[in-house]
Amino acid sequence: MTWKQERSLFGGHDVLEIRDLRAAAGDNEILKGINLTVNPGEVHAIMGPNGSGKSTLAQVLAGHPAYEVTGGSVMYEGRDLLDLEPEERAQAGVFLAFQYPVEIPGVSNAYFLRAAYNEIRKAKGLDEIDSMDFIDLLEEKLKVVEWGPEIMSRAVNSGFSGGEKKRNEILQLAVLEPKLAILDETDSGLDIDALRIVAAGVNTLRSPDRSFVVVTHYQRLLNYIVPDFVHVLFNGRIAMSGGKDLALELEAKGYEWVEAASATAAGAGA
Amino acid sequence: MSEAVLQDLEIMAGAAIAEGPEWLDPLRRAAADRFATVGFPASRDEEWRFTPIGPIAQTAWRPSPGVAATVAAERLAPFVFGHPEWSTLVFINGAYSAPLSRIADLPRGVRVGSLAEALRTDGAVLQAHLARHAPIEGSPFTALNTAGFRDGGLVHVPAGLELERPVHFVFLTTPDAEGTAIHPRNLIVVERGARASVIESYVTLAPDGVYWTNPVTEVAAAAGSWLEHTRIQRESERAQHVALTHVDQGRDSHYRSFSMAMGGALARHNLHVRLNDENIETLMYGLYLTRGDQVVDNHTAIFHDQPNCRSWEVYKGVLDGRSRAVFNGKVFVQPVAQKTDAKQTNRNLLLSDLAKVDTKPQLEIFADDVKCTHGATVGRLDDIALFYARSRGVPREAAERLLTYAFAAEVIEEVALEPVRRELDRLVLERLGQG
Repeated sequence: MTWKQERSLFGGHDVLEIRDLRAAAGDNEILKGINLTVNPGEVHAIMGPNGSGKSTLAQVLAGHPAYEVTGGSVMYEGRDLLDLEPEERAQAGVFLAFQYPVEIPGVSNAYFLRAAYNEIRKAKGLDEIDSMDFIDLLEEKLKVVEWGPEIMSRAVNSGFSGGEKKRNEILQLAVLEPKLAILDETDSGLDIDALRIVAAGVNTLRSPDRSFVVVTHYQRLLNYIVPDFVHVLFNGRIAMSGGKDLALELEAKGYEWVEAASATAAGAGA
Repeated sequence: MSEAVLQDLEIMAGAAIAEGPEWLDPLRRAAADRFATVGFPASRDEEWRFTPIGPIAQTAWRPSPGVAATVAAERLAPFVFGHPEWSTLVFINGAYSAPLSRIADLPRGVRVGSLAEALRTDGAVLQAHLARHAPIEGSPFTALNTAGFRDGGLVHVPAGLELERPVHFVFLTTPDAEGTAIHPRNLIVVERGARASVIESYVTLAPDGVYWTNPVTEVAAAAGSWLEHTRIQRESERAQHVALTHVDQGRDSHYRSFSMAMGGALARHNLHVRLNDENIETLMYGLYLTRGDQVVDNHTAIFHDQPNCRSWEVYKGVLDGRSRAVFNGKVFVQPVAQKTDAKQTNRNLLLSDLAKVDTKPQLEIFADDVKCTHGATVGRLDDIALFYARSRGVPREAAERLLTYAFAAEVIEEVALEPVRRELDRLVLERLGQG
C-alpha cells in the first residue's frame, strides 16, 4: 500500500476539491465547469492549448483580482477556499508560482521573503524570526535552487532574467513551505539549464504532505517533474485525464487530437 | 508692499549690517533694495504660480531672537544620526549653539563651523564665495535672506583634502520660534580635488509650530571635487519653508544631491545647479512624502553651459490626504553644450483620491548633438504587485505599505553614505507606520 492510499484510508480531507468551477474575466467566461480532486502528496499536471483556461485556473485558486468566480466551489482542506482573501490562502498553505513574477524595485529579496515568512508565522500564532535567524534558514533553502546568498540583496525580481525569476519563485516556495503549490507555466521562457534547476528544486520539495498542481503548455517539464496525473484542459473544461503517459500521447498527437476527442464527446452528450 | 514690511526689512538689514563685516554691507544693501523693489512674488508670476505664498506674505513675522535657546541634549537625539565622530552643527531657531554642537578633528586647513563666527574672525574664503553664487535677482526670497541672514553652517575644504567625516547642519526650531522668520545661510566650498559629504536637516520640537524658515545654501564645487549633499526637511506641518540651494560646479566635478521633504504647510525647495565647465557630473535625487493639506514644491534647474556634461535627476513623491505636490524641472542646454547627457524623471504615487500633483518638465535645448530625456508619471499602487505580495501571505495593508516603501526606497538607494540611507529609510518607514 502506498502512503497515498494509506492517507486516504485514514480519512481527513482532500487537499483540494474543485467542483464545477466557473470563472470569468469581465464578460468573458474562461472556466466553464472544472472538476478536480487533489490528494496529499499528489502531483497533478494541467496541460492544454493556449486560451484553454489553465493559467486562469491557477490564478483563480490563488485569488487573482482579475477574475470573478461565477459558479461552483473549491474546498481546500475542508475550507471554502473562495471565501478567503489571497493572503489568507497563502497563510493556509496555498502557493502560486507566477508565470510572470512581479518586479519590486526598492525592496530586497531577503526583506520581502522574510516579511512573507513572518506573516505566515504570525497567522499560525508563531513568533516572528529576526533577520539573523532568517539568514540561517535561507542558507539551506538557497541550495534548493543552487543559488548563493548574493541574490538576496538584490531587489525582488528586479532586472532578473526570465530564468532567475522562475528560480526565485521556487526559492519562495522552499521558504514558505506550502501544502499546495501551484506552478503556473514555470517552464515558460526557461533554457534547458534553468529548467533542470527549477525542476530539481521542485522534486526536492515533493513530499507526502505537499501537493502540486503543475500548469504547463509543454510536455518537456514533465520529463523532469513526473506527475501522478495529467489533465488536459480544453475550452474551460477538463477534456481528458490520465496518468503520466497521457502527456506523452499528447506530445505525439498534438492538441488537435484533444479538440477532436472533445468535440466527439460533446456530440455524444448532446 | 506695505509700510510695515518695508520697516521690518530695514530693521532686519540694519541689524545684520551692524554685525559686519564691512565688505558684506553693499551686498546686504543691494539685496534689501532688491526686495524693497520687487516684494513677494505675485500669483501671476510663472515661477510661483502653483506655490501658495499668501500665508508668508500676509503674516507679520517677528525676527528670530538671534541667541540660541537652551535645549537639553537628549531632545536633540532624535534628529542626529550617523556616527558620533561626525561634525554636527546645531542651530536653535537660527542661532548657533556651541554647547550642542560637536566639531570633529579636522584635517589641517579644513574649516567647519558657524558662519557668523567665521565672519567675525576670518573673511577671505567668505569674501570670495558668500553671496557670490546665489543671485539676489533669482528670487525675492534669496534677496530677503541675503539682506538679513545672521548665521548658518560653513564648510570649507581646501584643495586636495578629503573630509572623511560628514558634516551635519541641524536647524532645530523650538516653541520659541512661534511667529518668527528665520533666514539661515549656509556656505559649502570644496576646492580643487577636495571631497566632502554635507547633510542639512530642518527639524522641529514644535510639531504644530507656525514659523517660517527661509534658508539659502550656496555650494561652490571646484574642479575635480566630489560632494554629496543631503537635505532633510522635517519642519512642522504648519510651518512655511522656502529654500534655495545654488550650486556652481567646476570641471570634472561630481555633485550629488538628495532632497527629502516631509514637513511644512508649504515647503518649497529650489535647487539650481550651474555647470560651468566640461565633463561635470550632477546627480539630483528627491523624495517627498506629503499628507493632510501640505503643499510640497520642488523646482530644480540645471544649467548645461558647457559641453560633455551629464546630469541625472530622479524625484519621487508619495502623496496622501488632500496634499499637493509641485515638480518643475528645468534643463537649459546652451548652444555650446554639445554632448550633453541629461535625464530627468519625476514619479508620483497617490495614496488618496484627493491628493494632487502638478508636474512640469521644462527642457530648453539650444544644442543639437545632445541626449536629453524626461518623463513624469502619476499613479497608484499596481494591483498585480499588490496581489503578488498578498499571494505570499502579506495582508493587504501591509502589502500596500511594503510597496509604498519600495517606491520610496528605490530612490533612497542612490544616496552614497550608508548612515544617511538608513536614516532616510527609517523616516519613510516611520511615516508609513503612522499612515
